[in-house]
Amino acid sequence: MDLTCTEEEDAFRERLRRWLGEVLPTLPAPPAADDWPGRRAYDAAWQRRLYDAGYAGLHWPEDAGGRGATPTQHLIFLEETERAGAPYVGANFVGLLHAGPTIAAEGSDAQRARWLPPILRGDEIWCQGFSEPDAGSDLAALRTTAVRDGDHYVVSGTKLWTSHAEVADWCELLVRTDPDAPRHRGISWLAMPMDAPGVTVRPLRTLAGSAEFAEMFLDEVRVPVSHRVGAENDGWRVTMVTLSFERGTAFVGEVVACRRVLGALARAARANGRWDDAVLRRGLGRLHAEFAALWRLTQWNVSEAGAARPRGGRSGIGGVPGTGGSVFKLRYSQARQELYDAAAQVLGAGALDADHEWVAGRLSSLSYTIAAGTSQIQQNIVAERILGLPKGR
Amino acid sequence: MDFQLTEDQRALQGATRGLLAGRFGPDRLRAAVGDPAPDRALWRELGAAGFFALRLPEEAGGVGLGLPAAVFVFEEAGRALLPGPLVACQLLAGVVDGVASGEKIVGLCEGTRDPVLWEHPATCEELILVEKGTGCHDRAGRGAQGRTGGVYRSAADRVSCAPFASVDPLTPLARVTDLPRTEPLALDVPRLRREAALLTAAQQLGSAARTVELAVAHARRREQFGAPIGAFQAIKHLCAQMLVRTEIARCAVYAASVTDGDIDVTGAKLLADEAAVRNARDCVQVHGGMGFTWEAEVHLHLKRAWLRAECWCTAGEAEELLAADLIA
Repeated sequence: MDLTCTEEEDAFRERLRRWLGEVLPTLPAPPAADDWPGRRAYDAAWQRRLYDAGYAGLHWPEDAGGRGATPTQHLIFLEETERAGAPYVGANFVGLLHAGPTIAAEGSDAQRARWLPPILRGDEIWCQGFSEPDAGSDLAALRTTAVRDGDHYVVSGTKLWTSHAEVADWCELLVRTDPDAPRHRGISWLAMPMDAPGVTVRPLRTLAGSAEFAEMFLDEVRVPVSHRVGAENDGWRVTMVTLSFERGTAFVGEVVACRRVLGALARAARANGRWDDAVLRRGLGRLHAEFAALWRLTQWNVSEAGAARPRGGRSGIGGVPGTGGSVFKLRYSQARQELYDAAAQVLGAGALDADHEWVAGRLSSLSYTIAAGTSQIQQNIVAERILGLPKGR
Repeated sequence: MDFQLTEDQRALQGATRGLLAGRFGPDRLRAAVGDPAPDRALWRELGAAGFFALRLPEEAGGVGLGLPAAVFVFEEAGRALLPGPLVACQLLAGVVDGVASGEKIVGLCEGTRDPVLWEHPATCEELILVEKGTGCHDRAGRGAQGRTGGVYRSAADRVSCAPFASVDPLTPLARVTDLPRTEPLALDVPRLRREAALLTAAQQLGSAARTVELAVAHARRREQFGAPIGAFQAIKHLCAQMLVRTEIARCAVYAASVTDGDIDVTGAKLLADEAAVRNARDCVQVHGGMGFTWEAEVHLHLKRAWLRAECWCTAGEAEELLAADLIA
């Protein structure tokens, strides 16, 4: 067990810090929260800066256009960009964390060449078309159909919770290509252009007031067969390769951010006198231990993934094993909600001010135990796949 | 950075587990419930295996390993519910003659508690008293008396104490009625407290991990409504949360053994206490009626976890120290 950085890692951190110190002051002011085209442009421009400086796809393998960095360097990157207050991955999330890694792992050479470079450069934005009105936690119940018509699929159905759908160029879409097969074996993974005729997007307002989700209606959309990644009806496996990434390192920067918010909460409580409330104070102390441990768990998971990384050959993108990610996500999502509930205690009646940053944080924290696999589903995964309890009701 | 166990560390963990499984298996555990005095022969064997001399330098007859090694060994001891003043003997090896080899057994107690409790009073030949501070670090100890003040050793027969009915069948306790201050010992008190807290946390971690296994084994075996109860989500989710608590505590405890920092150790103790106590309670629940019996092993984990949670940095102390660190 070694928690220190090598000289090479220290040098990497130093170089990154210097670059962030130079580039961040030159960024324009971020757009308003509901200005989606503005946010797309802002996020894409940041991704382009990362690309030009050699930080895009840091931990992607070099044959996929990445930099082949070690998991530790990737962790340092996420830690330092958050510390410096760099922009979030934002609209690039699906491309960099789902669709890209899936294509890198499962796509043909032509597909990798077509889709990966624009993701890394911030030229193309992806959204995710997985969930449906009747296929949420039970994703394999999805009903959107894709019927072969020559060298095209004709796709019809409804998708839900599609983040950034309004501004996306591509959608990673799960469709049913064999309605007669057992449900996990009749699904395919398609890259669908969002400007194709028959695609209609309707924004969905969340309880936080924002409209980052959308419903997506697909009415006989024609998608070339060449846009299918992986074999026909093998889409479930293709997808599972990637889903674990979301539960792995996707929240690393957020843990760093939560620790910063916690410090700010303590200082605010000291300033307004609520620090004298022992229940509140001790609760903040406990959260200090929680987030420190979550950071250590991240280091543990990343080290484990590093040890398991295949050497040579065409590798996938080193991600965190899905099960370790489930343990992390279960505790992190709960801790984040506790953090912002503590913020509300610190704020008192100020917690009723919807414009307050911590109140917005409190509202959005409610999605963490739901998105990317609800806590109940995560507990099933932990119980069945790690602990070996029988599948059941 | 490589936050994974090395080959050597895994080997140490495996060897310790093997030694304890062979010498302190289920039968010995059951026998210890009736007679919890540490088995002297086992104690000497542990001494010979380097259990107590683990961190002493090789030139002093030790093994020359560091805190992480001690943590792995103590995790296994906690898992096996090995009775005896283990923390005391680990920390006083090399300080009190005969402790490192397992020839002599000593106790260690915190004079700042109320009541002041002494583990295994009938077994210990000496009692070492730590007077100052309550947390994992000891600000008061750095004052007039310096960092080394406030530790005393006394022969067991010089200690006046009253009987105390221990909740833990594996840990007899006595209440110390008059703090014995026979001979001052020059020890670094903050370090002593920090290491005591960390080694206690390591045992809590081992216990927490063990109760997950016990609960899962029972949930796979026990059938109701025509299915193993582990097939029901209500049981699955209890077990899953037990594992989450264990793994969070594991990362905190292992990391603290590497950094040896006050705040890291404090957080690790807090999370390991919570994991051990709550896991043991959930384990009782998963076992149903069996869990409420004296016969099942589960209550031994719960009671020992309660006891350890009251030693060397309690939850309240830990939370206050952690809170203070947020505004430091």
